[in-house]
Amino acid sequence: MKTLQSVAVVALLVSAVSRMATIQGAERPQLPAPASSQARRAEGLEAWGRVYSVLTHPRCINCHTATNYPQQGDDRHRHQFNVVRGREDRGVAAFTCATCHQGSNADSTGVPGAHNWQLAPLSMRWQDQNDRILPSSEVCKAVTDQSRNHHLDGPGLLKHHEDEALVRWAFQPGRRSDGTERSLPPLTHEQFVAATRTWVEAGSPCPPR
Amino acid sequence: METYTLTVNGEQKRVTVDPGSPLLWVLREDLKLTGTKYGCGIAACGACTVHVGGVATRACVLPVSLVGDRPIVTIEAVANDAVGRVVQDAWVSEDVVQCGYCQSGQIMTAVALLKSTRRPTDADIEQSMGGNLCRCGTYVRIRAAIKTASRHLAGGVR
Repeated sequence: MKTLQSVAVVALLVSAVSRMATIQGAERPQLPAPASSQARRAEGLEAWGRVYSVLTHPRCINCHTATNYPQQGDDRHRHQFNVVRGREDRGVAAFTCATCHQGSNADSTGVPGAHNWQLAPLSMRWQDQNDRILPSSEVCKAVTDQSRNHHLDGPGLLKHHEDEALVRWAFQPGRRSDGTERSLPPLTHEQFVAATRTWVEAGSPCPPR
Repeated sequence: METYTLTVNGEQKRVTVDPGSPLLWVLREDLKLTGTKYGCGIAACGACTVHVGGVATRACVLPVSLVGDRPIVTIEAVANDAVGRVVQDAWVSEDVVQCGYCQSGQIMTAVALLKSTRRPTDADIEQSMGGNLCRCGTYVRIRAAIKTASRHLAGGVR
């Protein structure tokens, strides 16, 4: 009788270990998330889509290149005048961004400006080497990777979108040299911040590749 | 019209002008400092380069209202600066100038380059001077003059 009990116990243990191995392995079944959690993620992804629509607008992405130059205009052409990125993303010794760009827009001459005008670092490139905009999943990955984004967590990203002068500039980009207004991102700054908040509060989900 | 007090070449100057007026016109028309040249008017050629707060700046696209209290240095006073003097001497010794129209901008940019990079490489020179155009094609002599000035500066000028 004792032997039978021992066999039964061993069999139960083997069965349990086997189930755990399956769960920990590649065939782990996806447990259905609670409905509220799924809805929250979906809401977050929808909000990210709106954030992405702003990040990839020329007012933002023209300075998030993967190359050694910024871009200009709604057609995102290479910046004129042989402007180059430089080691610190602000141009080179005697030909810096500040050679032309001031702390605010120069509407009478058509030169855009904001505090600390510069290119985004290469770690925040949202284009490839051929100036093609990266897909939503890859931009999201870059934005949420704290080893690439100056260690910004969700609240830090939200604050960045709310307060950073260069981000705010995109929504008040001033006039071109011909006097016409530069085009605006598809959301207002308030809508952009609200979308970022929704996305962050949902855990900053990123779309699948 | 607004009145601004500008610090130009170490002197306080009061001007009453349209806030949107480019600094270039204020220098040339109101202050009669005509050494700074009008080339393209869109920051593409560098002929109008002056130093604003120590930064080589295109005066043709800088509205006077955005200058603030930053000191302005133009070609007329660059020889008062030790680096500026060495650069101008190098320009003479290398016989850089042909027509001369772009040269005040070239010198102002070269001075800014040598103030930040005392021993510039060829790449440093090409990138920093790349926005200054010379229709006479004096680029080879400009590079030689910058290297000559760099050697003199390495000898102890501060």
